[in-house]
Amino acid sequence: MLFKLSLRNLRKSVQDYTIYFLTLVLGVAIFYVFNALDSQGVMQAVSASTREIIKLMLTMLAGVSVFVSVILGFLIIYANNFLIRKRKKEFGVYMTLGMSRGSISRILLGETAAIGLVSLAVGLLIGVFASQLMSILVAKMFEADMTSYTFVFSPRAAGKTVIYFGIMYLLVIFFNAAAISRYKLLDLLTAGRKNEQAPMKNPLLSGILFVLSLGILIYCYLSVLGLLGTVNRTRVLILIGLGCLGTFLFFWSLSGLMLRIAQAGKSFYLRELNLFVFRQMNSRINTMVCSMTVICLMLFLTIGVLSCGVSINQSLTAELESMTPRDVCISKSLETTKNQSEEDAGKNIVTYLLQQGFDPDLAFQDGYTEVITYATPNLTWEDTLGPVKEQVMEQFSMLNWSQREELIPLSQYNKMASCYGIPTYELGENEYVLLCTFDSMKVIRDISLQAKASLQVNGRSYIPKYAECQEGYVNMSSSRSTLGLYILPDSAFEGGELLPYCGYLAADYKAKAMEEMLDMEEQLAKASDHTPLYVVTKQTLRESSVGISAIMTFIALYLGIIFLISSAAILALKELSDSSDNRDRYRILREMGADQAMIRKALFRQIGIFFLLPLSLAFIHSLFGVQFVNRMLVIINQVSQLGSILFTAGFILLIYGAYFLATYQGSRRIIEEE
Amino acid sequence: MSMILCVSNIEKYYGNKGSMTKAIDNISFQVQSGEFVGIMGASGSGKTTLLNCISTIDRVTSGEILVGGRDITRLRGNALNKFRREELGFVFQDFHLLDTLTVYENIALALSIRHVSPREIHKRVLQSAQKLGISEILNKYPYQISGGEKQRTASARALIGGPKLILADEPTGALDSRASRMLLDCFSQINQELGATILMVTHDAFTASYASRILFIKDGRIFTEVRRGTEDRKSFFN
Repeated sequence: MLFKLSLRNLRKSVQDYTIYFLTLVLGVAIFYVFNALDSQGVMQAVSASTREIIKLMLTMLAGVSVFVSVILGFLIIYANNFLIRKRKKEFGVYMTLGMSRGSISRILLGETAAIGLVSLAVGLLIGVFASQLMSILVAKMFEADMTSYTFVFSPRAAGKTVIYFGIMYLLVIFFNAAAISRYKLLDLLTAGRKNEQAPMKNPLLSGILFVLSLGILIYCYLSVLGLLGTVNRTRVLILIGLGCLGTFLFFWSLSGLMLRIAQAGKSFYLRELNLFVFRQMNSRINTMVCSMTVICLMLFLTIGVLSCGVSINQSLTAELESMTPRDVCISKSLETTKNQSEEDAGKNIVTYLLQQGFDPDLAFQDGYTEVITYATPNLTWEDTLGPVKEQVMEQFSMLNWSQREELIPLSQYNKMASCYGIPTYELGENEYVLLCTFDSMKVIRDISLQAKASLQVNGRSYIPKYAECQEGYVNMSSSRSTLGLYILPDSAFEGGELLPYCGYLAADYKAKAMEEMLDMEEQLAKASDHTPLYVVTKQTLRESSVGISAIMTFIALYLGIIFLISSAAILALKELSDSSDNRDRYRILREMGADQAMIRKALFRQIGIFFLLPLSLAFIHSLFGVQFVNRMLVIINQVSQLGSILFTAGFILLIYGAYFLATYQGSRRIIEEE
Repeated sequence: MSMILCVSNIEKYYGNKGSMTKAIDNISFQVQSGEFVGIMGASGSGKTTLLNCISTIDRVTSGEILVGGRDITRLRGNALNKFRREELGFVFQDFHLLDTLTVYENIALALSIRHVSPREIHKRVLQSAQKLGISEILNKYPYQISGGEKQRTASARALIGGPKLILADEPTGALDSRASRMLLDCFSQINQELGATILMVTHDAFTASYASRILFIKDGRIFTEVRRGTEDRKSFFN
């Protein structure tokens, strides 16, 4: 009986519940898709190193899933509470009829169970089909051969989805019971008869706060652009806090000003239903300030995550070619460590390889190059800071300042640079050049270079040739990761203070076919049994780069979709429930003779503004935020951002727009029913 | 005097073949321009249904209703909205004011829907507010004013478009006697000074006594009609 009642209730409030239900289904489906990536046929069709990367990706996605489930949990509990509140009066009627709180809780339990089961079933079904599409995307990203395509279902992912969502639904049931036991009968019965008040905020205060919020936001924008000094970790946290505050104040003051501004334009305000639309918004934006702020920030995160994910992907791919001019680069420590005997430490790479039965002359094309770098305990990161030592060490206290610097003779560097085809350098007798391409390190090193920090080697002093770090590397890598390499005149290395540190060898294989190259890599790996050789090949760099791109893209998509549907769902639910409250107002408009077209236009505008307001501010936030993230993530090889912006815009338009249209249609149905 | 409203042989049935209720059973009457007509009857007599049919909120089952010579039972869609907007003014028992709007805006909205120019709107709102004695409360919200003031606001809104016919459904139903008297005095004044035609539904004899002619309805039919003629209202009431 009770269950029947709850089902009938559900059917009655289906308008409010449709969007809630669709959001749940979407949440379940997305959760399954991203957790089912492992069981896809792709895994069998890729190389061992790529498989490692995919495993890493799955670990990261699993971590992200926990975060996502927290967000979805909040969304579900919020939405549910919200829908329960709308039904206070209904519960009041049940209670006057003698129904116990326990029974009402059971009705709600029945509803939650019904919604939960159906949404899980439908969501999983959609998820299973969507993951087939996903596997095509995965295959494309990892360049896997997917000729032998099979339909896959991941019981593990399905189980995980059921457990996670099961917990969320249990929480909902718990919260519902708590809410019901809190309500008083009188409150329940009079819930519908609330006194509509639309207090006007003090316009002067609103005005001041509006200016203040703009000031705060502009300060944040300029700061993240780096125009107001360097941004360290504490400053980032402060800026994030200020950004949230600025956003909140913006919406708070806007709610007080919007109506005033509209009223000032009499001819606009008194046209058709404009005054009604603005009054409607004014009466609600007061209560919406908090959710507007949260939604705006979530949308900002969505835009940020999506566009950064895409642009990192593009940047990595674009950078790869220029960063890997040779087929292979081998490096080897020249110091005695616990992994390397004193005897092996003394050998350079070519000697060592020959000894292991690997003949570089046979394997590599002519022109392979080996160079040696040097270091000394007397020259650490700390020692190179010069006059700005105290200031910098205090500011970046988290760095390991006792690390030794790596130095290379000018002739050696130029030899390697010619091999890679990158710029060579010239030096005066007492000059040095500092190479650094890792951005956050470059910031620190530039400070000391600007302060003309001198270098003491073998009793002689060297001064910087340039006031900032230069480009260059001796070791191939997929990204710009030279932390610091000093180039000094060859004469600086006479005197015995500097000891051999590391050897680097760059070469092209003679072999051109993929199998032969892989065979070569296996031989190198075998040669590495005795003492560690670090072998970096164009091929592995490519694979890891593709892998990192894929990881970024998937995590960005995952988080992006979740953020987006969460914020859109909250807005949609609020709008829809307001529409049922507004039914009377729209009926009065019809009685007064307003055309249907006029009413629909008013409704469209009202909902449109509510959806657009947080999106617009989020868009402006992200214009600056994305640039900051790009700088933090060392994307110097700026690729055109247009692609990622278009992708993000399209993506948001699709999901957010769909929610907007669904809300508009739903609201229209509600206000037009007699 | 010209004829504003001509109701002829209208019927309104509710329900299905098995159990049919005749809410209006063959009613005909006419209202001349400038008349103040009251429709009286007990609850369930069909008076509100009649008003709803005239106001196009409800549809008749048969018969025709001419307003200004036009058969409104045939109107559909936007023509219906246009008719409501331009020919009718409504006053309801529970005011039907928009709670988010100030008194001024409630009245102004009636004109802005009609695409009247903003300057004109301002002028006319002030005029009609003065006529109904609500100039002081123009910037207040409905929840800040009394029932009588609300009903006068609603009346100002109904009047401001210069409708052919003002339809009032139990306008004093939610008011105390003092506020009722004030409102009805306003109605009389509007009726006499502006020549507005008013059709008012009520079950209260005192309220009805303000009308110049009263139709009594019982079980969906008009069973009698009373004219005040030249008597004053007090003796008419007695």
